[in-house]
Amino acid sequence: MFGYYLDLALRSLRRHMVLGVLMMLAIALGIGASVTMLAVLHNLSGNPLPGRSDVLFHPQVDPRPEDLPGAKDEPPDDLAYVDAVNLYRLGIAPRRAVMSGNWLPVRKDAPDSPLAMYTDRATTADFFAMFGVPFLYGSAWSAQDDAGHAQVVVLSRAMNQQLFGGGDSVGKTLVIATKTFRVAGVIDDWNPQPHFYDLNDGAFGKAEQMYLPFFTWLDLPQDYGYGPMDCWGNDPNAGAHDPKAKQCTWAQFWVQLDTPAQVADYRAALVQYSTQQHQLGRFQRAPNVRLRGLLDWLDHKHVIPVTVRMQTWIAFSVLLICLVNTVGLMVAKFLRKAGEIGVRRALGASRRDVFAQCLVEAGVVGVAGGLLGLPLAWLGLWMVRQQPVNFAASAHLDPSMLGVALALAVLSALGAGLWPAWRASRVAPALQVKSL
Amino acid sequence: MHFRHILSALGRHRIAVCLLVLEIAFSCAVVCNALFLIGTRLERMHRPTGVDEPHLVQVDVHSVTPGTAEALMAQTRTDLATLRALPGVTGVAIVNQTLFGDSIGFSGVSLSDDPKAPSIPVTQYMGSAQLAGVLGLKLAAGRWFRPDEFIGYEQLRNGATGVPVIITRAMAGHFFPGQSAVGKTIHAFGTNRVVGVVDRLVQPRDYGPAEYYGYAMLFPVEMPYPGGTYLVRVKDPAQRQAVIQGALRALKADGPLRLVSPKYATTLEAERGKYYRNDRAMAWLLAGVCLLLLVVTAVGIVGLTSFWVAQRRRQIGIRRAVGATRGDILRYFQAENFLLATFGIALGMLLAYGLNLLLMLHYELGRLPAYYFPVGAAVLWGLGQLAVLGPALRASRVPPVVATRSA
Repeated sequence: MFGYYLDLALRSLRRHMVLGVLMMLAIALGIGASVTMLAVLHNLSGNPLPGRSDVLFHPQVDPRPEDLPGAKDEPPDDLAYVDAVNLYRLGIAPRRAVMSGNWLPVRKDAPDSPLAMYTDRATTADFFAMFGVPFLYGSAWSAQDDAGHAQVVVLSRAMNQQLFGGGDSVGKTLVIATKTFRVAGVIDDWNPQPHFYDLNDGAFGKAEQMYLPFFTWLDLPQDYGYGPMDCWGNDPNAGAHDPKAKQCTWAQFWVQLDTPAQVADYRAALVQYSTQQHQLGRFQRAPNVRLRGLLDWLDHKHVIPVTVRMQTWIAFSVLLICLVNTVGLMVAKFLRKAGEIGVRRALGASRRDVFAQCLVEAGVVGVAGGLLGLPLAWLGLWMVRQQPVNFAASAHLDPSMLGVALALAVLSALGAGLWPAWRASRVAPALQVKSL
Repeated sequence: MHFRHILSALGRHRIAVCLLVLEIAFSCAVVCNALFLIGTRLERMHRPTGVDEPHLVQVDVHSVTPGTAEALMAQTRTDLATLRALPGVTGVAIVNQTLFGDSIGFSGVSLSDDPKAPSIPVTQYMGSAQLAGVLGLKLAAGRWFRPDEFIGYEQLRNGATGVPVIITRAMAGHFFPGQSAVGKTIHAFGTNRVVGVVDRLVQPRDYGPAEYYGYAMLFPVEMPYPGGTYLVRVKDPAQRQAVIQGALRALKADGPLRLVSPKYATTLEAERGKYYRNDRAMAWLLAGVCLLLLVVTAVGIVGLTSFWVAQRRRQIGIRRAVGATRGDILRYFQAENFLLATFGIALGMLLAYGLNLLLMLHYELGRLPAYYFPVGAAVLWGLGQLAVLGPALRASRVPPVVATRSA
């Protein structure tokens, strides 16, 4: 029966080409717009590290004074230097990394080589293993390098290309902020989106160009700051140049905890640490700690830009209007063949048969609209990528979104066809046949 | 034209009529709000900064090794003199932050030195002697800084207090409503006496509530070049690129090893364009959506009206046979569409208002100003008439002889 209905639907669409094309266009436009925004949303709310996100946690402690005006209950996102170092040395997590970033003047280790600024991430050895960073050449530096303030650097693939023309440059040297560094490794393209481990400069954007050992980086003679600092108290200038100031938070800290027991232990350790600091008089507040998992952290920070949410709403209102339009056109279309339906009914087709036949026709329109909508969505995503916003680069259509687009198209066409089909099935056969 | 007849004819197609009205209403609601959103973006992009933007270029010099405070200040003064001597340059200053720039410095400002006193974050411009002139600021009250009031940044870091301050008129209105701010004291870097009020100066980037955008302070503090940006005022805006090239050459020619690159030298106008590009992209996107919606709505109107025309061929023929002119038929369909559009617009206004309330709730948006309603109405009326023209013309060409044929 389905095959016969399909044949009827195609015939009917061919007979009333204009109405059919208009319906398809309406559905295609609606699907194009909404799938574009769904794909953007899907990409933005994606998991930056699938497979590892379950074991990564973001500890926070609260070193703020008791009576800070306008302070919320939520502890600062980042850690003060003292806490960062103390938690780094705590060592009960299987892996942990302290980090921050800025940009530094870099040149090749040759006389008169040109200077350029490169962005960096200053961190500790576990960073690479903990976040699963893929290496092209060499490897991460070791914990001994961290402890010994070794002058080693891990380059991104792009920076290795720019400075050394690609290739295995492990062991080569370069000058960063007047100090000579040895290349320990080169990583492959790696840029998790959202940029979960440091959201201070926005959640979406480019990856760092090089990676330096955190404590070596702190020693560097440079005046490019230590990442965005959040300071409190009466001395607003205190943190401007002193990363070790007690009243400034700026360092990110991440730990890997593999089992629920480890998570519970780590949480208890954070509370214990806060209590201890409270007793020492450094923390004024009662222990106020957080230990969010990676995805909880992203959720808490509302990383999806407000404009994207708004654009998604707009896209779905476009779809709604397109569907109302389609319903109208379908009513017109089905009523136009009232005579035909009357004949079918008179020859013994039940209302159900007519209803099913009309729905099949609606479904065909949906499939066609969806197929036409896919290139439109692709075009829409291309337009999003041309937008000068930093999350734009991640806007792509993946296979699962293709399926979603087609399903959405067919479902909306069926939804739009439901009521027109029901009306068509109510056509009184006698009246139609009489007027033939 | 008798609207009553049209209404009774429409009554026979209640469902199709409802759908068309609904579609026009939805379009009206979304178009009104989208136009409003475009309006707010445009308004945001055209906020005055109080700065004479077309005459300014800026050059950032990146240090490679930090020197002593004295050496850096001496190099900065040399640079300032070098830049001032360039042809086409009328003024040079160094400032800690530039309009539309990435970095922005704040201090909590209050009216008392009690740490628990209510304070708001206000952005601070620290600049050398010529800064106000280079920016083209206008003094509203009080005076500019005296030459002997300027101190080095190092002194401020070491806790210099009592530095005089110039604030904006908007900030003066916040702290000293209804009185003159000149001579009053604020607490930002210790205790600071207000010596002048400028007409307008804004935050480098939007930060905090919208009304804070116009709050700013000027301090007579000379920055060393690694912590600041050279602002160069040119005589003729057409000379800006030439001045940039000249400045880069001059800065490269002397001084210690440092990074002077065209990458970090630009016009203020280019910076403005970069700062507002998101707003521009959003405005274009919304304009595209409006257009799309209007096209879809027009398609709906064309489709349904064509259907009605086809259905009523015989009736039209009869009307023509009993004396209706082509113009009568044309006007009938136009009036019918006008009526439908009016219903749609009326419902659409309500929806637009509701949608605006929803947006206000979730996206900190203002209330939809009343003048968007007639604009939206006019757009949809016009669109309806345009869309109906084709099918209506076709209807008007139905020959009277149709009436004599059986259906």
